[in-house]
Amino acid sequence: MSQKRVEEVDRVAIRFTGDSGDGMQLTGTKFTETTALAGNDLSTFPDFPAEIRAPAGTLAGVSGFQIHFSSVHIRTPADQPDVLVALNPAALRANLGDLRPKGMLIVNSDAFVDRNLKLAGYHADPLPALRDRYTVVDIPLTKLNREALKDLNLSQREADRSKNFFALGVMYWLYHRDLKPTLEWIDQKFTGDVREANRRVLLAGHAFAETTELFPVSYIVPRAKIEPGTYRNITGNQALAWGIVAAGVQLQRPVFLGAYPITPASDILHELARYRHFGVKTFQAEDEIAAVSAAVGASYAGLLGVCTTSGPGFVLKQEALNLAVMVELPLVVVDVQRAGPSTGMPTKVEQGDLLLALFGRNSDSPMPVIAAATPGDCFYSALEAFRLAVKYMTPVVLLSDGFLANSAEPWRIPEVETLPRALVQVATPAGDEPFQPYLRNPDTLARGWAVPGTPGLEHRVGGLEKEEVTGNISYAPSNHERMTRLRAEKVARMAQDIPPVEVNGSQRGGELLVVGWGGTYGAITSAVEEARTEGFDVSSIHLRHLNPFPHNLGEVLRGFRRVLVPELNLGQLAMLLRAEFLVDAESLSKVQGQPFKVGEIKAKIYELVGARTPQVARS
Amino acid sequence: MSETPATLTRKDFTSDQDVRWCPGCGDYSILANVQKVMPELGVPRENVVFVSGIGCSSRFPYYMNTYGFHTIHGRAPSFATGIKASRPELSVWVVTGDGDGLSIGGNHLLHTLRRNLDLQILLFNNRVYGLTKGQYSPTSRLGMKTKSTPQGSVDYPLDPVSFALGAGASFVARTVDVDAKHLQEILHRAHAHKGTAFVEILQNCPVYNDDEWGEVEDKSTRLEAGLALEQGKPLVFGAKGARKGIRIERGIPSVVPLRDDADPEAAGIAVHDESYETPAYAFALATLVRPEFPIPIGVFRAVEKPSYESLLEGQIDEAVAKRGRGDLQALLRSGDIWTVGV
Repeated sequence: MSQKRVEEVDRVAIRFTGDSGDGMQLTGTKFTETTALAGNDLSTFPDFPAEIRAPAGTLAGVSGFQIHFSSVHIRTPADQPDVLVALNPAALRANLGDLRPKGMLIVNSDAFVDRNLKLAGYHADPLPALRDRYTVVDIPLTKLNREALKDLNLSQREADRSKNFFALGVMYWLYHRDLKPTLEWIDQKFTGDVREANRRVLLAGHAFAETTELFPVSYIVPRAKIEPGTYRNITGNQALAWGIVAAGVQLQRPVFLGAYPITPASDILHELARYRHFGVKTFQAEDEIAAVSAAVGASYAGLLGVCTTSGPGFVLKQEALNLAVMVELPLVVVDVQRAGPSTGMPTKVEQGDLLLALFGRNSDSPMPVIAAATPGDCFYSALEAFRLAVKYMTPVVLLSDGFLANSAEPWRIPEVETLPRALVQVATPAGDEPFQPYLRNPDTLARGWAVPGTPGLEHRVGGLEKEEVTGNISYAPSNHERMTRLRAEKVARMAQDIPPVEVNGSQRGGELLVVGWGGTYGAITSAVEEARTEGFDVSSIHLRHLNPFPHNLGEVLRGFRRVLVPELNLGQLAMLLRAEFLVDAESLSKVQGQPFKVGEIKAKIYELVGARTPQVARS
Repeated sequence: MSETPATLTRKDFTSDQDVRWCPGCGDYSILANVQKVMPELGVPRENVVFVSGIGCSSRFPYYMNTYGFHTIHGRAPSFATGIKASRPELSVWVVTGDGDGLSIGGNHLLHTLRRNLDLQILLFNNRVYGLTKGQYSPTSRLGMKTKSTPQGSVDYPLDPVSFALGAGASFVARTVDVDAKHLQEILHRAHAHKGTAFVEILQNCPVYNDDEWGEVEDKSTRLEAGLALEQGKPLVFGAKGARKGIRIERGIPSVVPLRDDADPEAAGIAVHDESYETPAYAFALATLVRPEFPIPIGVFRAVEKPSYESLLEGQIDEAVAKRGRGDLQALLRSGDIWTVGV
């Protein structure tokens, strides 16, 4: 065995790409799990088509998984991969534009045949022309993979299905990853020849990379220096599901999830369905309306009602949510936002539902809205949503998005005793006096939760306007105005009960403030910190609470000369800030179904602070 | 479940709200009979929940001194599903109408019936939209002239009983608003049934569709126009001297005249049995419509199968038995984890 060179690097981004049937998501996930165990910081970006099996070899069927891992703290999956693994010409064509100049391009050379080239829209083999611009590594992956499996009782088709693990083996060698976790996973997951095939090609890929002259160098990414603690890898959807389980434990009430399958929220339903031993009840309803209605029914019955959906489903739920506003019952509705309008691009990210969450219901219908910032933050956001729901007796919207849902990061596992609990506003019988269902807590304005089964609290509620205190039906003009204002005031008062915004940067104001919300946290924070390091007077805040806003938000905004609001929509938060605070908030919009790149935000920052030659810089 | 104190009466189930249905509305009689039956069921008042949608019938919960939830149009079965699945010990009653339950809420009614939660669903069928002032409903007859159909409706009507049977309902019955004795009997049966009990109540709207069910509401014509369904008894109707029976051959019902002294069974008249596993027999009965046939009144089908919430609770018990009660800290630390030192 020849001695090869080993180099140390502080960060690497790899993108695995192939057909949607090539197992790229699995390959990426396995690389991620192994990398997490190696102690690197990481951020991932799975990007795949909505079609389960789009026609093989076409651009429409390309599926990708990017992982950024490092020995330093990182917050995004990286703007440009350093390494692109392309299992066919279509994958190359769809992804080449993102590869860093001089980056490494690893291709399955067996796939670059006429038929595939044509399907991808290439008239000639593109690889020769790329050899000057990138380090192109041709691996006859299909042939090597078949060779490794020739004595097994597998059809060629079955054998070919494991070639992604050959590629994974190559990458494990190239970045000094441990094979053991994946081998153990294979042993658990598969049996017989399929198990043997996957084991064998993973090891074969590793051995191939070690012996071939194609890779003269391998790379080490040292462990990251991150906060001490016990960590795990977590995706946004998993963290959100666990946050819901945690809310049930912390509030000592069973969870009832009403849900209808919808991309990209379905994984939360799948995850929660596994926790019956926590008393979690999951109900797969006949439609989005039944899902939310059942959840409101559960809340009425004293459980923690929750529903999970995405844009098209969120729209259908609005009438039932408005009933929850009217009858003042706790409920959490999770909207994992995706690109719209209408069906839009189901697997792609967008932040287009903010105004819908705030204003999507008939009449004045105030509802608290919060948004998760990172995959791990989905856990705490779920707890916060339930805290507000039960303390203030109100439905709460929790916004996630398609990027957070599937993206993964290392997550420091909290000690359960440190997790927040919340005050549950329970109604108690009034002795001989008649029960007043709309009597309010003078501080929070919440009415009491009067749960069936409690003697003395029998009462009627519904969507008709209520008389203050008694809850009887009332059409009295002044009562309606009072109740409308009370409902608004209840939500407005939460501003005193949520943390003030913290400025990342100049605490006393300055030239430029970048305001973000939701899943753009990583890109915005990275861009702002890089620009500050370069000496620019730029700061950022990231809003978790979008209704009500934190009480100090206006003051903070007015401390800066310019305000920039990057959003994956056409300027919804920017519109709210302008309306609420009369500040000249400037919008940076992106609606491509893709997250922001750090460089895109930096370019805008440079433009606003007057830096010369704004360039899309590498994160 | 604890016993209701014997002192509870109809009055205890009457709320302090003024009833606001039109004078002569069939809903008054239904309300009075439900309030009469409630204390007889042995359920503590605090464990009773009435859930409704939107429409005249859906004001019902406001008049019951129990827990009540007046929800949104068509969705009452879904809210009730959430309540019952959450708290199986509650006695949950859904009150809906032909528009609420079969038009805007048809999908939810269908799926709630097939899931077989232990609910009582009372569908007041007056064959018209009352609260929106008189448009035709999904059960209105073809050709019915209303404000929205000045030349007559061109929609074929839906039969609630057939709908419920088609959805796989385990208990399906029909009764009449003003027939107090029968209505009370059916309410008792519906409550006793473990699973979804669907009850169509033929109800009069004196303002927009008066006398729609007059033939079976009126005692003088009821014998001729109605067919009483009684377990184990032959399907015989008509007054003395004009007795007739229903014969069902290869699934097709026909009317057969019967002498007063004839043995109906010997004459091939079907004997009522609500317990057939197949809904085919009940379906044949549901096709009987006026004027060719009498309207069947009574229990069409009553079969036992596990309820949704009992199966769900069973899964929880099974999961706890197998894995122990959920431990959050253990969950958070499950799978691949690693520790970063100080």
